[in-house]
Amino acid sequence: MGRLHLRYDMMAVLTIGIRLAAVLTGFLVLPLLVGQLEHKAMAHMQARLGPMEAGRFHGWAQLVADGVKFVQKEHVLPDRADRAMFSLAPALALLPYLVILVVIPLGPSLLGVDLDAGLLFVLAAMGVSVLGAVMAGWASGNKYAQLGGMRSAAQLMAYELPLVLVAGSVAMAAGTLSLPGIVAAWSLWWLGWQGIGAVVFFTAGLAELHRPPFDMPVADSEIIMGPYTEYTGLRFAFFLLAEYAGIVVLCALTATLFLGGWRGPYEQQLGWLWMLLKTFALSFVVIWMRATYPRLRADQLQQLAWKVLVPLALIQTGRDRRGEGGGVRCGYLGPAWCTGC
Amino acid sequence: MTGLDVAVLGFGLLMLAAAVAVVTTKQLVHAALWLVVSFAALAACYLLLTAEIVAWVQVLIYVGAIVVLLLFGIMLTRSPTGPSSDVDTRNRWPARTVALAVGALLASTAIGPFWSTYLPLSASSAGSAKVLGTALFRFWVLPFELLSLLLLAALVAAVVLTRAKTGRSDRPVLARSSSGRGPAIGAGRR
Repeated sequence: MGRLHLRYDMMAVLTIGIRLAAVLTGFLVLPLLVGQLEHKAMAHMQARLGPMEAGRFHGWAQLVADGVKFVQKEHVLPDRADRAMFSLAPALALLPYLVILVVIPLGPSLLGVDLDAGLLFVLAAMGVSVLGAVMAGWASGNKYAQLGGMRSAAQLMAYELPLVLVAGSVAMAAGTLSLPGIVAAWSLWWLGWQGIGAVVFFTAGLAELHRPPFDMPVADSEIIMGPYTEYTGLRFAFFLLAEYAGIVVLCALTATLFLGGWRGPYEQQLGWLWMLLKTFALSFVVIWMRATYPRLRADQLQQLAWKVLVPLALIQTGRDRRGEGGGVRCGYLGPAWCTGC
Repeated sequence: MTGLDVAVLGFGLLMLAAAVAVVTTKQLVHAALWLVVSFAALAACYLLLTAEIVAWVQVLIYVGAIVVLLLFGIMLTRSPTGPSSDVDTRNRWPARTVALAVGALLASTAIGPFWSTYLPLSASSAGSAKVLGTALFRFWVLPFELLSLLLLAALVAAVVLTRAKTGRSDRPVLARSSSGRGPAIGAGRR
Protein backbone atom coordinates (compact mmCIF):
# COMPACT_ATOMS: atom_id res chain seq x y z
CA MET A 1 0.00 0.00 0.00
CA GLY A 2 2.72 2.37 1.02
CA ARG A 3 4.72 1.56 -2.05
CA LEU A 4 1.67 2.19 -4.22
CA HIS A 5 1.24 5.62 -2.63
CA LEU A 6 4.89 6.35 -3.25
CA ARG A 7 4.54 5.41 -6.89
CA TYR A 8 1.45 7.63 -7.12
CA ASP A 9 3.38 10.56 -5.71
CA MET A 10 6.28 9.94 -8.06
CA MET A 11 3.87 9.94 -10.99
CA ALA A 12 2.30 13.19 -9.80
CA VAL A 13 5.70 14.85 -9.38
CA LEU A 14 6.78 13.61 -12.80
CA THR A 15 3.60 14.93 -14.43
CA ILE A 16 4.02 18.32 -12.81
CA GLY A 17 7.68 18.38 -13.82
CA ILE A 18 6.84 17.61 -17.45
CA ARG A 19 4.12 20.27 -17.48
CA LEU A 20 6.41 22.89 -16.00
CA ALA A 21 9.17 22.00 -18.48
CA ALA A 22 6.66 22.40 -21.32
CA VAL A 23 5.59 25.80 -19.96
CA LEU A 24 9.23 26.89 -19.67
CA THR A 25 9.89 25.82 -23.26
CA GLY A 26 6.86 27.78 -24.42
CA PHE A 27 8.05 30.76 -22.41
CA LEU A 28 11.43 30.67 -24.13
CA VAL A 29 10.22 29.93 -27.67
CA LEU A 30 6.95 31.85 -28.15
CA PRO A 31 8.33 35.35 -27.41
CA LEU A 32 11.13 34.74 -29.90
CA LEU A 33 8.59 33.71 -32.54
CA VAL A 34 6.63 36.90 -31.89
CA GLY A 35 9.85 38.90 -32.05
CA GLN A 36 10.78 37.40 -35.40
CA LEU A 37 7.23 37.97 -36.64
CA GLU A 38 7.59 41.60 -35.64
CA HIS A 39 10.92 41.94 -37.46
CA LYS A 40 9.52 40.53 -40.69
CA ALA A 41 5.92 41.81 -40.61
CA MET A 42 6.93 45.37 -39.75
CA ALA A 43 9.67 45.30 -42.37
CA HIS A 44 7.24 44.28 -45.10
CA MET A 45 4.68 46.86 -43.96
CA GLN A 46 7.40 49.48 -44.38
CA ALA A 47 8.54 48.07 -47.76
CA ARG A 48 11.79 46.65 -46.31
CA LEU A 49 13.02 43.09 -46.12
CA GLY A 50 14.01 42.93 -42.45
CA PRO A 51 16.77 40.57 -41.28
CA MET A 52 17.93 38.36 -44.17
CA GLU A 53 21.44 37.17 -43.22
CA ALA A 54 21.47 35.28 -39.92
CA GLY A 55 20.64 31.60 -40.41
CA ARG A 56 20.66 32.05 -44.20
CA PHE A 57 16.89 31.50 -44.73
CA HIS A 58 15.12 34.87 -44.36
CA GLY A 59 17.12 35.70 -41.25
CA TRP A 60 15.34 33.19 -39.02
CA ALA A 61 18.22 33.12 -36.53
CA GLN A 62 18.41 36.89 -36.08
CA LEU A 63 17.08 36.83 -32.51
CA VAL A 64 19.41 33.98 -31.56
CA ALA A 65 22.29 36.09 -32.84
CA ASP A 66 20.94 39.06 -30.88
CA GLY A 67 20.87 36.92 -27.75
CA VAL A 68 24.49 35.86 -28.24
CA LYS A 69 25.44 39.50 -28.72
CA PHE A 70 23.62 40.54 -25.52
CA VAL A 71 25.41 37.85 -23.49
CA GLN A 72 28.81 39.12 -24.63
CA LYS A 73 28.13 42.72 -23.66
CA GLU A 74 29.43 44.31 -20.49
CA HIS A 75 27.20 44.93 -17.48
CA VAL A 76 27.32 48.64 -16.75
CA LEU A 77 26.26 49.80 -13.31
CA PRO A 78 25.78 53.58 -13.18
CA ASP A 79 27.47 55.48 -10.34
CA ARG A 80 24.27 56.84 -8.89
CA ALA A 81 22.30 53.65 -9.36
CA ASP A 82 20.75 51.77 -6.48
CA ARG A 83 22.76 48.57 -6.79
CA ALA A 84 20.36 45.94 -5.42
CA MET A 85 17.22 47.37 -7.01
CA PHE A 86 18.98 47.91 -10.32
CA SER A 87 19.89 44.24 -10.64
CA LEU A 88 16.62 42.95 -9.22
CA ALA A 89 14.30 44.92 -11.52
CA PRO A 90 14.74 42.86 -14.74
CA ALA A 91 13.84 39.67 -12.90
CA LEU A 92 10.78 41.31 -11.38
CA ALA A 93 9.67 42.43 -14.85
CA LEU A 94 10.19 39.03 -16.47
CA LEU A 95 9.19 36.36 -13.94
CA PRO A 96 5.47 37.23 -13.57
CA TYR A 97 4.89 36.40 -17.25
CA LEU A 98 6.53 32.99 -16.81
CA VAL A 99 4.24 32.36 -13.83
CA ILE A 100 1.16 33.46 -15.80
CA LEU A 101 1.89 31.00 -18.61
CA VAL A 102 1.54 28.19 -16.07
CA VAL A 103 -2.21 28.78 -15.72
CA ILE A 104 -3.15 29.62 -19.34
CA PRO A 105 -4.88 26.59 -20.91
CA LEU A 106 -3.70 25.40 -24.32
CA GLY A 107 -6.39 22.72 -24.45
CA PRO A 108 -9.09 21.20 -22.22
CA SER A 109 -6.45 19.38 -20.18
CA LEU A 110 -3.32 20.96 -21.65
CA LEU A 111 -2.36 23.40 -18.95
CA GLY A 112 0.11 23.71 -16.08
CA VAL A 113 -2.32 24.18 -13.20
CA ASP A 114 -6.07 24.82 -13.00
CA LEU A 115 -6.50 27.47 -10.32
CA ASP A 116 -9.93 28.17 -8.85
CA ALA A 117 -9.26 31.91 -9.11
CA GLY A 118 -6.95 31.74 -12.14
CA LEU A 119 -8.26 34.99 -13.65
CA LEU A 120 -7.48 37.00 -10.52
CA PHE A 121 -4.07 35.35 -10.30
CA VAL A 122 -3.24 36.38 -13.86
CA LEU A 123 -4.34 39.99 -13.35
CA ALA A 124 -2.34 40.22 -10.11
CA ALA A 125 0.82 38.91 -11.76
CA MET A 126 0.47 41.33 -14.68
CA GLY A 127 0.34 44.22 -12.21
CA VAL A 128 3.50 43.01 -10.46
CA SER A 129 5.43 43.01 -13.72
CA VAL A 130 4.90 46.76 -14.19
CA LEU A 131 6.48 47.23 -10.78
CA GLY A 132 9.72 46.00 -12.40
CA ALA A 133 9.70 48.90 -14.88
CA VAL A 134 8.93 51.42 -12.14
CA MET A 135 11.76 50.02 -9.99
CA ALA A 136 14.18 50.10 -12.90
CA GLY A 137 13.26 53.70 -13.61
CA TRP A 138 13.95 54.72 -10.06
CA ALA A 139 17.07 52.64 -9.43
CA SER A 140 18.97 53.85 -12.50
CA GLY A 141 19.64 57.27 -10.98
CA ASN A 142 19.00 58.87 -14.35
CA LYS A 143 16.39 61.52 -15.01
CA TYR A 144 15.19 60.01 -18.27
CA ALA A 145 14.82 56.66 -16.58
CA GLN A 146 12.95 58.28 -13.72
CA LEU A 147 10.59 60.05 -16.09
CA GLY A 148 9.94 56.75 -17.80
CA GLY A 149 9.31 55.01 -14.49
CA MET A 150 6.83 57.69 -13.45
CA ARG A 151 5.06 57.51 -16.77
CA SER A 152 4.71 53.76 -16.57
CA ALA A 153 3.35 54.03 -13.02
CA ALA A 154 0.78 56.63 -14.11
CA GLN A 155 -0.16 54.50 -17.09
CA LEU A 156 -0.62 51.40 -14.95
CA MET A 157 -2.87 53.26 -12.52
CA ALA A 158 -5.10 54.43 -15.37
CA TYR A 159 -5.38 51.21 -17.36
CA GLU A 160 -5.59 48.65 -14.56
CA LEU A 161 -9.16 49.66 -13.77
CA PRO A 162 -10.81 49.00 -17.18
CA LEU A 163 -8.74 45.81 -17.50
CA VAL A 164 -10.04 44.40 -14.22
CA LEU A 165 -13.61 45.59 -14.90
CA VAL A 166 -13.99 43.80 -18.23
CA ALA A 167 -12.22 40.72 -16.88
CA GLY A 168 -14.90 40.75 -14.19
CA SER A 169 -17.55 40.96 -16.90
CA VAL A 170 -16.25 37.78 -18.52
CA ALA A 171 -16.05 36.03 -15.16
CA MET A 172 -19.70 36.95 -14.50
CA ALA A 173 -20.74 35.70 -17.92
CA ALA A 174 -19.00 32.38 -17.42
CA GLY A 175 -19.91 32.07 -13.75
CA THR A 176 -16.36 31.09 -12.82
CA LEU A 177 -12.92 32.58 -12.29
CA SER A 178 -11.05 29.53 -13.55
CA LEU A 179 -9.55 30.03 -17.02
CA PRO A 180 -10.40 26.56 -18.40
CA GLY A 181 -13.87 27.04 -16.92
CA ILE A 182 -14.31 30.31 -18.81
CA VAL A 183 -13.26 28.71 -22.11
CA ALA A 184 -15.62 25.78 -21.50
CA ALA A 185 -18.52 28.20 -20.89
CA TRP A 186 -17.70 30.27 -23.99
CA SER A 187 -19.98 30.19 -27.01
CA LEU A 188 -19.94 31.98 -30.33
CA TRP A 189 -22.44 34.75 -29.55
CA TRP A 190 -20.12 36.00 -26.79
CA LEU A 191 -18.19 37.67 -29.61
CA GLY A 192 -21.02 40.21 -29.84
CA TRP A 193 -22.03 40.18 -26.20
CA GLN A 194 -18.52 40.61 -24.81
CA GLY A 195 -17.17 42.42 -27.88
CA ILE A 196 -16.73 45.78 -26.16
CA GLY A 197 -15.01 44.02 -23.30
CA ALA A 198 -12.61 42.31 -25.69
CA VAL A 199 -11.57 45.62 -27.26
CA VAL A 200 -11.19 47.31 -23.86
CA PHE A 201 -9.18 44.39 -22.46
CA PHE A 202 -6.83 44.24 -25.43
CA THR A 203 -6.29 48.01 -25.50
CA ALA A 204 -5.71 48.32 -21.76
CA GLY A 205 -3.39 45.32 -21.89
CA LEU A 206 -1.34 46.97 -24.65
CA ALA A 207 -1.04 50.05 -22.47
CA GLU A 208 0.19 47.94 -19.54
CA LEU A 209 2.84 46.39 -21.77
CA HIS A 210 3.97 49.84 -23.01
CA ARG A 211 3.48 48.76 -26.59
CA PRO A 212 2.95 51.39 -29.29
CA PRO A 213 0.82 53.50 -29.50
CA PHE A 214 0.99 53.45 -25.68
CA ASP A 215 4.80 53.46 -25.48
CA MET A 216 5.19 56.88 -23.91
CA PRO A 217 7.05 55.41 -20.87
CA VAL A 218 9.78 54.04 -23.12
CA ALA A 219 9.51 56.57 -25.96
CA ASP A 220 12.91 56.08 -27.56
CA SER A 221 12.90 59.37 -29.44
CA GLU A 222 12.20 61.56 -26.39
CA ILE A 223 13.36 59.76 -23.23
CA ILE A 224 15.61 57.15 -24.83
CA MET A 225 13.86 53.93 -23.68
CA GLY A 226 12.82 55.43 -20.33
CA PRO A 227 13.38 52.96 -17.46
CA TYR A 228 15.76 50.87 -19.56
CA THR A 229 18.10 53.74 -20.52
CA GLU A 230 20.95 52.58 -18.27
CA TYR A 231 20.59 48.85 -18.86
CA THR A 232 23.04 46.90 -20.97
CA GLY A 233 23.74 43.33 -22.00
CA LEU A 234 21.73 40.49 -20.53
CA ARG A 235 19.68 42.67 -18.20
CA PHE A 236 18.45 44.76 -21.11
CA ALA A 237 17.72 41.54 -22.98
CA PHE A 238 15.57 40.44 -20.03
CA PHE A 239 13.47 43.57 -20.35
CA LEU A 240 13.08 42.97 -24.08
CA LEU A 241 12.14 39.36 -23.44
CA ALA A 242 9.63 40.56 -20.84
CA GLU A 243 8.03 42.81 -23.45
CA TYR A 244 7.58 39.96 -25.94
CA ALA A 245 6.54 37.48 -23.26
CA GLY A 246 4.02 40.13 -22.24
CA ILE A 247 2.65 40.22 -25.80
CA VAL A 248 2.29 36.44 -25.79
CA VAL A 249 0.56 36.51 -22.39
CA LEU A 250 -1.80 39.34 -23.32
CA CYS A 251 -2.77 37.74 -26.63
CA ALA A 252 -3.20 34.31 -25.07
CA LEU A 253 -5.35 35.84 -22.31
CA THR A 254 -7.51 37.78 -24.77
CA ALA A 255 -7.93 34.60 -26.81
CA THR A 256 -8.81 32.62 -23.67
CA LEU A 257 -11.29 35.12 -22.24
CA PHE A 258 -12.95 36.54 -25.34
CA LEU A 259 -12.19 34.35 -28.35
CA GLY A 260 -12.85 30.97 -26.84
CA GLY A 261 -9.30 29.69 -26.41
CA TRP A 262 -9.09 26.12 -27.70
CA ARG A 263 -12.68 26.10 -29.04
CA GLY A 264 -13.04 25.41 -32.74
CA PRO A 265 -13.61 22.54 -35.19
CA TYR A 266 -12.20 19.22 -33.89
CA GLU A 267 -11.41 20.90 -30.59
CA GLN A 268 -10.64 17.60 -28.88
CA GLN A 269 -7.73 16.91 -31.21
CA LEU A 270 -6.81 20.34 -32.55
CA GLY A 271 -7.64 22.56 -29.56
CA TRP A 272 -4.00 23.55 -28.99
CA LEU A 273 -3.72 24.59 -32.64
CA TRP A 274 -6.74 26.93 -32.44
CA MET A 275 -5.40 28.46 -29.26
CA LEU A 276 -1.97 29.08 -30.83
CA LEU A 277 -3.53 30.43 -34.04
CA LYS A 278 -5.72 32.88 -32.11
CA THR A 279 -2.75 33.96 -30.00
CA PHE A 280 -0.57 34.60 -33.03
CA ALA A 281 -3.35 36.37 -34.94
CA LEU A 282 -3.68 38.77 -32.00
CA SER A 283 0.11 39.13 -31.81
CA PHE A 284 0.03 40.18 -35.44
CA VAL A 285 -2.54 42.85 -34.54
CA VAL A 286 -0.17 44.10 -31.80
CA ILE A 287 2.63 44.42 -34.36
CA TRP A 288 0.28 45.99 -36.90
CA MET A 289 -0.70 48.66 -34.35
CA ARG A 290 2.98 49.48 -33.82
CA ALA A 291 3.52 50.02 -37.51
CA THR A 292 0.29 52.02 -37.90
CA TYR A 293 -0.41 54.41 -35.04
CA PRO A 294 1.69 57.31 -33.76
CA ARG A 295 2.51 57.53 -30.05
CA LEU A 296 -0.13 59.02 -27.75
CA ARG A 297 0.76 62.00 -25.55
CA ALA A 298 0.46 61.86 -21.76
CA ASP A 299 -2.87 63.70 -21.65
CA GLN A 300 -4.25 61.68 -24.55
CA LEU A 301 -3.28 58.49 -22.72
CA GLN A 302 -5.11 59.53 -19.57
CA GLN A 303 -8.14 60.76 -21.52
CA LEU A 304 -8.40 57.52 -23.45
CA ALA A 305 -8.26 55.54 -20.22
CA TRP A 306 -10.65 57.56 -18.08
CA LYS A 307 -13.05 59.01 -20.67
CA VAL A 308 -13.30 56.12 -23.10
CA LEU A 309 -12.15 52.80 -21.68
CA VAL A 310 -13.55 53.09 -18.15
CA PRO A 311 -17.06 54.12 -19.33
CA LEU A 312 -17.01 51.37 -21.99
CA ALA A 313 -15.93 48.84 -19.38
CA LEU A 314 -18.76 49.99 -17.09
CA ILE A 315 -21.27 49.66 -19.94
CA GLN A 316 -19.96 46.17 -20.65
CA THR A 317 -20.23 45.18 -16.99
CA GLY A 318 -23.70 46.70 -16.72
CA ARG A 319 -24.92 44.68 -19.69
CA ASP A 320 -24.37 41.43 -17.83
CA ARG A 321 -27.78 40.91 -16.28
CA ARG A 322 -28.67 38.05 -14.07
CA GLY A 323 -31.72 36.15 -15.31
CA GLU A 324 -34.25 34.27 -13.24
CA GLY A 325 -32.71 30.93 -14.07
CA GLY A 326 -29.51 31.87 -12.27
CA GLY A 327 -27.46 32.31 -15.43
CA VAL A 328 -26.24 35.67 -16.63
CA ARG A 329 -28.07 36.97 -19.68
CA CYS A 330 -27.00 39.35 -22.34
CA GLY A 331 -28.43 42.84 -22.10
CA TYR A 332 -28.69 43.10 -25.89
CA LEU A 333 -31.65 40.84 -26.39
CA GLY A 334 -33.35 41.26 -23.05
CA PRO A 335 -34.90 38.52 -20.97
CA ALA A 336 -37.97 38.14 -23.21
CA TRP A 337 -36.06 37.07 -26.32
CA CYS A 338 -33.13 35.44 -24.67
CA THR A 339 -33.70 31.72 -24.74
CA GLY A 340 -30.39 30.32 -25.79
CA CYS A 341 -28.25 31.74 -23.03
CA MET B 1 3.78 21.18 14.43
CA THR B 2 3.34 20.31 10.79
CA GLY B 3 5.19 21.60 7.77
CA LEU B 4 2.27 23.91 7.08
CA ASP B 5 2.58 25.50 10.53
CA VAL B 6 6.27 26.09 9.97
CA ALA B 7 5.60 27.66 6.57
CA VAL B 8 2.87 29.97 7.88
CA LEU B 9 5.09 30.97 10.79
CA GLY B 10 8.04 31.56 8.47
CA PHE B 11 6.05 33.82 6.14
CA GLY B 12 4.61 35.59 9.18
CA LEU B 13 8.11 36.34 10.48
CA LEU B 14 9.18 37.47 7.01
CA MET B 15 6.18 39.80 6.91
CA LEU B 16 7.06 41.20 10.33
CA ALA B 17 10.72 41.70 9.41
CA ALA B 18 9.78 43.45 6.17
CA ALA B 19 7.33 45.67 8.04
CA VAL B 20 10.06 46.68 10.49
CA ALA B 21 12.34 47.41 7.55
CA VAL B 22 9.63 49.65 6.07
CA VAL B 23 9.76 52.00 9.03
CA THR B 24 13.49 51.81 9.74
CA THR B 25 15.01 52.26 6.26
CA LYS B 26 16.38 55.70 5.40
CA GLN B 27 15.35 55.49 1.76
CA LEU B 28 11.72 56.10 1.00
CA VAL B 29 11.69 53.98 -2.13
CA HIS B 30 13.18 51.07 -0.22
CA ALA B 31 10.40 51.48 2.32
CA ALA B 32 7.83 51.12 -0.48
CA LEU B 33 9.59 48.01 -1.78
CA TRP B 34 9.84 46.42 1.66
CA LEU B 35 6.12 46.98 1.79
CA VAL B 36 5.87 44.82 -1.33
CA VAL B 37 7.75 42.03 0.46
CA SER B 38 5.47 42.39 3.46
CA PHE B 39 2.30 42.25 1.32
CA ALA B 40 3.63 39.29 -0.64
CA ALA B 41 4.42 37.37 2.56
CA LEU B 42 0.90 38.07 3.81
CA ALA B 43 -0.52 36.80 0.50
CA ALA B 44 1.57 33.64 0.92
CA CYS B 45 0.08 33.16 4.40
CA TYR B 46 -3.44 33.53 2.97
CA LEU B 47 -2.58 31.01 0.29
CA LEU B 48 -1.27 28.47 2.79
CA LEU B 49 -4.49 28.87 4.77
CA THR B 50 -6.42 28.05 1.53
CA ALA B 51 -7.81 31.59 1.18
CA GLU B 52 -6.78 31.61 -2.45
CA ILE B 53 -8.96 34.43 -3.67
CA VAL B 54 -8.02 36.77 -0.81
CA ALA B 55 -4.36 36.11 -1.59
CA TRP B 56 -4.66 37.08 -5.26
CA VAL B 57 -6.75 40.14 -4.46
CA GLN B 58 -4.09 41.13 -1.93
CA VAL B 59 -1.44 41.01 -4.63
CA LEU B 60 -3.64 42.66 -7.27
CA ILE B 61 -4.75 45.60 -5.14
CA TYR B 62 -1.85 46.19 -2.77
CA VAL B 63 1.23 45.22 -4.76
CA GLY B 64 -0.14 46.04 -8.20
CA ALA B 65 -1.95 49.29 -7.41
CA ILE B 66 -1.31 50.76 -3.95
CA VAL B 67 2.48 50.36 -3.98
CA VAL B 68 2.70 51.63 -7.55
CA LEU B 69 0.70 54.68 -6.47
CA LEU B 70 3.04 55.18 -3.49
CA LEU B 71 6.09 54.89 -5.74
CA PHE B 72 4.56 57.37 -8.16
CA GLY B 73 4.02 59.82 -5.31
CA ILE B 74 7.58 59.39 -4.04
CA MET B 75 9.10 59.78 -7.49
CA LEU B 76 7.04 62.89 -8.11
CA THR B 77 8.25 64.66 -4.98
CA ARG B 78 11.76 63.34 -4.18
CA SER B 79 15.10 63.44 -5.94
CA PRO B 80 16.59 60.21 -7.34
CA THR B 81 18.34 57.54 -5.32
CA GLY B 82 20.09 58.00 -2.00
CA PRO B 83 18.99 58.26 1.63
CA SER B 84 16.64 61.04 2.69
CA SER B 85 17.72 62.99 5.77
CA ASP B 86 14.24 64.05 6.81
CA VAL B 87 12.59 60.67 7.28
CA ASP B 88 13.48 60.51 11.00
CA THR B 89 11.19 62.35 13.33
CA ARG B 90 11.87 63.67 16.84
CA ASN B 91 8.60 62.16 17.99
CA ARG B 92 10.11 58.74 17.71
CA TRP B 93 9.11 57.47 21.14
CA PRO B 94 5.50 58.69 21.11
CA ALA B 95 5.18 57.22 17.62
CA ARG B 96 6.50 53.87 18.82
CA THR B 97 4.12 53.87 21.76
CA VAL B 98 1.11 54.64 19.59
CA ALA B 99 2.13 52.05 17.00
CA LEU B 100 2.57 49.35 19.64
CA ALA B 101 -0.74 50.24 21.26
CA VAL B 102 -2.59 50.10 17.95
CA GLY B 103 -0.88 46.82 17.12
CA ALA B 104 -1.84 45.33 20.47
CA LEU B 105 -5.44 46.53 20.07
CA LEU B 106 -5.78 45.01 16.59
CA ALA B 107 -4.09 41.78 17.67
CA SER B 108 -6.37 41.41 20.66
CA THR B 109 -9.51 42.00 18.59
CA ALA B 110 -8.33 39.44 16.04
CA ILE B 111 -7.12 36.86 18.53
CA GLY B 112 -9.83 37.24 21.19
CA PRO B 113 -12.95 36.09 19.31
CA PHE B 114 -11.19 33.54 17.12
CA TRP B 115 -8.87 31.99 19.70
CA SER B 116 -10.74 28.70 19.75
CA THR B 117 -12.15 28.74 16.20
CA TYR B 118 -10.76 25.95 14.07
CA LEU B 119 -11.24 25.34 10.38
CA PRO B 120 -10.14 22.01 8.89
CA LEU B 121 -7.80 23.03 6.10
CA SER B 122 -7.39 19.65 4.45
CA ALA B 123 -10.92 19.22 3.06
CA SER B 124 -11.84 22.86 3.04
CA SER B 125 -13.05 25.00 0.18
CA ALA B 126 -13.67 27.92 2.52
CA GLY B 127 -11.40 30.18 0.50
CA SER B 128 -12.81 29.37 -2.94
CA ALA B 129 -14.48 32.06 -5.01
CA LYS B 130 -17.93 30.55 -4.62
CA VAL B 131 -17.90 30.21 -0.83
CA LEU B 132 -16.34 33.62 -0.30
CA GLY B 133 -18.70 35.34 -2.73
CA THR B 134 -21.74 33.76 -1.10
CA ALA B 135 -20.59 34.79 2.36
CA LEU B 136 -19.71 38.32 1.27
CA PHE B 137 -22.82 39.14 -0.73
CA ARG B 138 -25.36 37.20 1.27
CA PHE B 139 -24.35 37.66 4.92
CA TRP B 140 -21.94 40.59 4.94
CA VAL B 141 -23.50 42.91 2.37
CA LEU B 142 -24.06 45.80 4.75
CA PRO B 143 -20.43 46.07 5.99
CA PHE B 144 -19.33 45.70 2.38
CA GLU B 145 -21.51 48.60 1.24
CA LEU B 146 -20.46 50.70 4.24
CA LEU B 147 -16.83 50.20 3.21
CA SER B 148 -17.61 51.63 -0.21
CA LEU B 149 -19.15 54.66 1.51
CA LEU B 150 -15.94 55.08 3.50
CA LEU B 151 -13.89 55.02 0.30
CA LEU B 152 -16.24 57.55 -1.29
CA ALA B 153 -15.78 59.83 1.71
CA ALA B 154 -12.00 59.57 1.35
CA LEU B 155 -12.29 60.38 -2.35
CA VAL B 156 -14.42 63.46 -1.74
CA ALA B 157 -12.05 64.56 1.04
CA ALA B 158 -9.07 64.29 -1.32
CA VAL B 159 -10.84 66.44 -3.92
CA VAL B 160 -11.79 69.03 -1.28
CA LEU B 161 -8.22 69.17 0.07
CA THR B 162 -6.62 69.76 -3.31
CA ARG B 163 -9.20 72.35 -4.35
CA ALA B 164 -8.88 74.27 -1.07
CA LYS B 165 -5.11 74.62 -1.51
CA THR B 166 -5.11 75.77 -5.10
CA GLY B 167 -7.94 78.16 -4.25
CA ARG B 168 -5.84 80.23 -1.84
CA SER B 169 -2.75 80.69 -4.00
CA ASP B 170 -2.30 80.24 -7.68
CA ARG B 171 0.80 78.07 -7.28
CA PRO B 172 0.36 74.34 -7.69
CA VAL B 173 0.51 72.33 -4.45
CA LEU B 174 3.54 70.34 -5.55
CA ALA B 175 5.86 73.31 -5.77
CA ARG B 176 5.34 74.15 -2.11
CA SER B 177 5.76 70.69 -0.65
CA SER B 178 9.05 69.05 0.35
CA SER B 179 11.76 70.40 2.57
CA GLY B 180 13.90 72.65 0.44
CA ARG B 181 15.19 69.82 -1.73
CA GLY B 182 12.25 70.21 -4.04
CA PRO B 183 10.98 67.89 -6.68
CA ALA B 184 13.83 66.61 -8.80
CA ILE B 185 12.19 67.22 -12.09
CA GLY B 186 10.35 70.25 -13.26
CA ALA B 187 10.73 72.30 -10.08
CA GLY B 188 13.48 74.51 -11.42
CA ARG B 189 11.49 75.46 -14.44
CA ARG B 190 8.48 76.85 -12.59
